[in-house]
Amino acid sequence: MRTITYQQAIGEALAQQMRFDRSVVLMGEDSTNAWGPTKGLHVEFPDRVLDMPITEAAFVGAAVGAAATGLRPVVDLLFVDFATVCFDQIANQAAKLRYMSGGKVSVPLVLRAMWGTGMRRGAQHSQALHPLFVHLPGIKVVAPSNAYDAKGLMAQALVDDDPVLFLEHKMLYFTPGPVPEEPYAIPFGSAKVVREGADCTVVAVGRMVSVALTAAERLAAEGVEVEVIDPRTLSPLDTSTIYASVEKTGHLVVVDEAHPRCSLATDIAAQVAQDRFAALRGPVRMVTGPHAPVPFSPELEDAFAPGPDQVVAAVLATSAARAAA
Amino acid sequence: MGTSRTTSLTVDQIIEIYRTMSTIRAFEDRLHGLAKNLPGAVHLYSGQEAVAAGVCAALAPDDYLASTHRGHGHAIAKGCDVEAMMKELHGRSDGLCAGKGGSMHIADFDRGMLGANGLAGGGVPLACGAALTARQQGTGQVAVAFTGDGGANQGAVLESLVLARMLDLPVVFAVENNGYAQATPADRHFSGTDMAQRAAGFGIPGAVVDGYDVIAVHAATAEAVERARAGEGPTVLEFRAERFHGHMELWDDQSYRPSADPDRLRADSDPLLLLRSRIAEGTVPGPAAFELDRIDRDATALVEAAVAAAAEPLAVDLAGLLTDVYTR
Ligand SMILES: Cc1ncc(C[n+]2csc(CCOP(=O)(O)OP(=O)(O)O)c2C)c(N)n1
Repeated sequence: MRTITYQQAIGEALAQQMRFDRSVVLMGEDSTNAWGPTKGLHVEFPDRVLDMPITEAAFVGAAVGAAATGLRPVVDLLFVDFATVCFDQIANQAAKLRYMSGGKVSVPLVLRAMWGTGMRRGAQHSQALHPLFVHLPGIKVVAPSNAYDAKGLMAQALVDDDPVLFLEHKMLYFTPGPVPEEPYAIPFGSAKVVREGADCTVVAVGRMVSVALTAAERLAAEGVEVEVIDPRTLSPLDTSTIYASVEKTGHLVVVDEAHPRCSLATDIAAQVAQDRFAALRGPVRMVTGPHAPVPFSPELEDAFAPGPDQVVAAVLATSAARAAA
Repeated sequence: MGTSRTTSLTVDQIIEIYRTMSTIRAFEDRLHGLAKNLPGAVHLYSGQEAVAAGVCAALAPDDYLASTHRGHGHAIAKGCDVEAMMKELHGRSDGLCAGKGGSMHIADFDRGMLGANGLAGGGVPLACGAALTARQQGTGQVAVAFTGDGGANQGAVLESLVLARMLDLPVVFAVENNGYAQATPADRHFSGTDMAQRAAGFGIPGAVVDGYDVIAVHAATAEAVERARAGEGPTVLEFRAERFHGHMELWDDQSYRPSADPDRLRADSDPLLLLRSRIAEGTVPGPAAFELDRIDRDATALVEAAVAAAAEPLAVDLAGLLTDVYTR
């Protein structure tokens, strides 16, 4: 199979669906000069790639209104950090309209945004805010970790009838992977077992999937077989795949670069503790960024994001707890 | 558009203004080469020096300024330490913000510099808040809220105009129209013809000023500051001066710009050369050209020393990751 980057995979899904569905419009600042996944799309679709002024509250709100009345807008928020500027339109409008109308209206809107650490952009351009959005019923949250999933999940987002926050990890954009040319969609709420193993389940999100895989290789050398699960969509969350794995391994480590409090990690840990307590043979471990903003300094930023060492330590810690018990 | 004819500025004041502009130019043009070795995003201010220098020359040291992502010039003009800034850009723990802020988040509250900002328009409400403090406490201080032409469209900026008028805050909205918001030309994204016209809709006096002309920038700001200190509330000033470099270092081929643009700008619209020629003509008081040359050399030396200091080895203390999150 041919190999393209994560960024190209997203762009390809957009182009294919735009050819098929005239109601898809792209909206964003500098859309016609974009450098990322949408680069060049304005040439093929000059009427459907719309430049926006720096008015996030207005254009995200307008996209909600457009989605509710017949378009399928794809809004580029640039950095997910900027979602806070238009949080009313996302949290109170987009995520509520369908429910409040008794199911009479749907909001088929895709919000694209870059997220995560690694680019030395400091506290206002490096956040992992997905826990804020996972908390909100009415909006779906997607965070692909590789090019194949990025294309399939974007294709799904573009036909999904609910608002979708599509999170693109900025450090994955240039990572290549095998991607079929023909269109395909990956259903939301289906996790992927990225690596099989019998000793410990590691759930990892976005860039942390590759961190978890590196840790798994190291642990395999020590005779510990880790099963790595990429949820792919954070809301809806495929708990059954996670539960099945924990039933097999008896151990759970959750790896996410978001802050630890009230987070995806606490959420997965709590759900497993509540629903599969009997299967657990050691304490659940969370490997996350700290409860601190993302620092600018490269050394500090690297220390912020979890690395393989911490994942290895967490897996060994929960395994040791079993041995001791 | 406001331009200068006469000025009451003294020779010493002009020298200080020129020194500020020269320091900003040296800092920014040196960063142009250095940026590939620096972490993060660097947005250069070259071409806009007269705005920062002229605005800050009309402020007292304890007045406030809230800046933008393109904030180095504002910080230097507000008196921030150049070496500490350079170290901050390298992410060092001895930088102005302990390496935690970086180019887009330089702040120095001791100098009234409330911070560069990663959010377009994000600093504008903060300046209004500083102006509120000044008004409540009767200190007579004034706040300047910088934003770009692009950021001026953000909702928080428009709401700030409403708030500032309602409370008659001692704030000056300084909109730097440098021609582009990233790659989108201002004439495409800027609604209405100019900020003065927009301000009128909010009941706020406004003016459009030649941003290459430091004398005009200073005069317009001084008038707005005087009005603010007298309790007469906000003013909106739009300063027009195109940036010389791309939106941001390393990521911008400037293909959206008319091809001759940057070169033409340097030749025709250099605010430092403009001030020099006014001085030479005798329309603006100032020192002899050789003294200005010396100021340029001093500025270069200051920046070179800062670059050298920032290259000194420094052990990284990872404990910094968890400090400064809360006061205690
Ligand atoms: C709220 C918000 N939206 C978008 C961005 C991304 N962004 C950074 S700079 C910029 C353009 C800003 O243009 P302008 O305000 O004119 O300032 P200039 O860069 O020209 O100095 C944009 C869109 C941002 N930082 N914050």
